[in-house]
Formats: sequence, C-alpha cells, structure tokens
Amino acid sequence: MARIRLAVPAQAKAGDQIEIKALIQHKMESGYRYDARGKRIERDIIVRFECRYQGAVVFAADFGPGIAANPFLSFFVTATQSGPLEFIWTDQQGETWQEHKMLNVT
Amino acid sequence: MRRWLSVWLCLIVLACQAELEPPEDPRTELSELRSGFTFLNRETQSLQQDEFANPGYLWVDQGEALFETPPPTGPSCVTCHDTKLVGVATQFPKFHATEGKLFNLESQINYCRTERQSLPALPYESTDLLSLTAFVATQSNGSPVTPLSRPEHDAAYQTGKRYFYTRRGQFNLSCAQCHNQNWGSRLRGDTLSQGHGNGFPAYRLEWESLGSLQRRLRDCDRGVRAEPLDYGDETYLALEYYLARRAAGLEIESPAIRR
Repeated sequence: MARIRLAVPAQAKAGDQIEIKALIQHKMESGYRYDARGKRIERDIIVRFECRYQGAVVFAADFGPGIAANPFLSFFVTATQSGPLEFIWTDQQGETWQEHKMLNVT
Repeated sequence: MRRWLSVWLCLIVLACQAELEPPEDPRTELSELRSGFTFLNRETQSLQQDEFANPGYLWVDQGEALFETPPPTGPSCVTCHDTKLVGVATQFPKFHATEGKLFNLESQINYCRTERQSLPALPYESTDLLSLTAFVATQSNGSPVTPLSRPEHDAAYQTGKRYFYTRRGQFNLSCAQCHNQNWGSRLRGDTLSQGHGNGFPAYRLEWESLGSLQRRLRDCDRGVRAEPLDYGDETYLALEYYLARRAAGLEIESPAIRR
C-alpha cells in the first residue's frame, strides 16, 4: 500500500487560486540500474497522475523513468464550487492508488 | 645534522601525540554548533520544512499508524506510551540498566516489541523500524539533544570518541579530519557538514529513502574506503552516543532532508 500525503486547503473563495500538494510513496525504479550481481533491475514506475475536480481532469502529469522516488507535485487549481478533488496515480502495470479531499468553496 | 634530526623527531612525536589525544570536551574543536540543515541550499531547506513536501513524513505517517495499532500478540505502543513519547528521543542513545548495554532508539523499539508485544525484532532499514523510529524522533522535534552523562556512559563515550578520532580506510581519514577540522570546506561537489545526527532518521536525496544514522555511518566508512561495521554494532552505538554528546544543544529535526 503506497502512502499518500495531500495538502488541500479546507476552505476557499470562488475564483481563488489554491495550491495543492500531492506526495506518494513509490520507488520509481528507473530500469537503468543493475544490482550487485550485475543483473538489471526491472523498471517499476508510476506513469500517470491525474487530479479531478468535480469529475473533470484539471491537472495531469505523465511520468518517465527520470522522475525521482516518492514523486512530489505542487500545482494550482481555480476554486469554483464545493466538491471533491480526486487524486489518482497509475503505475505501468495499471495498478492505481486514489484518494480524495473535499473542497468547500464559499 | 644530528641535532636537526632530533628536532624533527621531536616534532613528529608531538604531531602524533596531538592526534592520539583528542580534546576531553567533544565540542572544543567546533567553534560553533551547526546543524546539517544550515549546510543545505534554500530549496532543500524548504523541502525539509514543508511537512507535505518532505517525503520523510510518508514514513512518519506509517510509524504513527504502527504505534497506534495493537498487534494480535500484545498491546499497542500507545497503550503504554500514551504521551506518544514526546521528548524521549532527545536522550538517546542511553544505557539500558536491565540489559546492561547502550540502547539507541532502534534497540529500544525492538526491546519493546520482543519483551512487551511478543513480536519479532525488526531489522535495521526495514520500513517498519524506520517508520517507528522516525515517528518517535519526530515527537521530539524542536527539543535540544540532551544525552545523559552518567558514569555508566563513560565506556561508550570513550569508545565512540576513539572511533571518531581514528584514521581508517584506504584514504586514511578520521571522522574528525572532515567534520571537526574541515567543516564548511568543499569536498568535491559538496560542503562538509559538522556530522551531527540530530536529523536522523533522515531522508537522503542520494538514497531516495529514509535511512537510519547507522546507515549514514556505514556510508561514511565506505566513503573513506574502510570496511563498514555491521548494523547495530556496539562500536557504532558508542559512536552514536559520542555524536549525541558532541551535538548536545542542537534541536532534533527528524525526518531531515540531507544530500
């Protein structure tokens, strides 16, 4: 189970630009490294991150093998109305990790 | 000619003695105490200070969950430690009277697991041990390192100090040569820190993971091309104690970000 840390403001005014921070625990093994016996370590990375606000994708990122372990993203979203923010990470095998936060817009 | 030779011999003997006899107060060689934090660039510092950007908190979260969840075999940690061990990490490593030896946080956690929770001891650098250690250390953040200096710690102090001042490895370097005499100078692409452990367990960018102070010590030994000691070796425990005495007064800041 990958651990996730999210920073989303609890309240925002309509029209506010709010900063969102999303951190997930993942080794992001590049596939370019070799172990002590000279055997190649298989690639194992997250390939996609999406943030959905009231069902619509408002921010997305495609990850490559050059992204460091435990990837951290910070981005801005314009608050419009109260609703859930969903965060979805997908790895190369299609496994996903999700979490959501409620945003109250006044 | 012979007179000059004897003068040189005297000087050499003096130089050797100066190296063999380190100062009694571990901090006399440090003009000021500076946490590893002050040697980081601003971006890395802000990464450490933001609990939602600092990846070390992923382990702290897990440690907190482990601390509060009762295992099937015994009570949870929080059953006994309802204060969540605030301030406790400031005194480690310390002498454990029943066991008659020096304990660091990792040994204490494993002692609780085997004696109170009927659980197996966790190996160093396992995710669970790192998480629990990080959670306990975080509970003392902002409090100064205050190791006990009772007589039963004397042997550990001396052993740790000897290790700190002994040249080793192919590079023939002691800890003191980098971290007492040359901190602040550049070594290849990096600035030498004073080598304090107040941020550990720490997230090292080089590791891309949280790691214990013992892992850091093993990396230092490997860095001077010496054979590292095993995890949990008594000499490393003694060195951890000596380092705590040397860092006394610095604030605990786990999980720190280090290069």
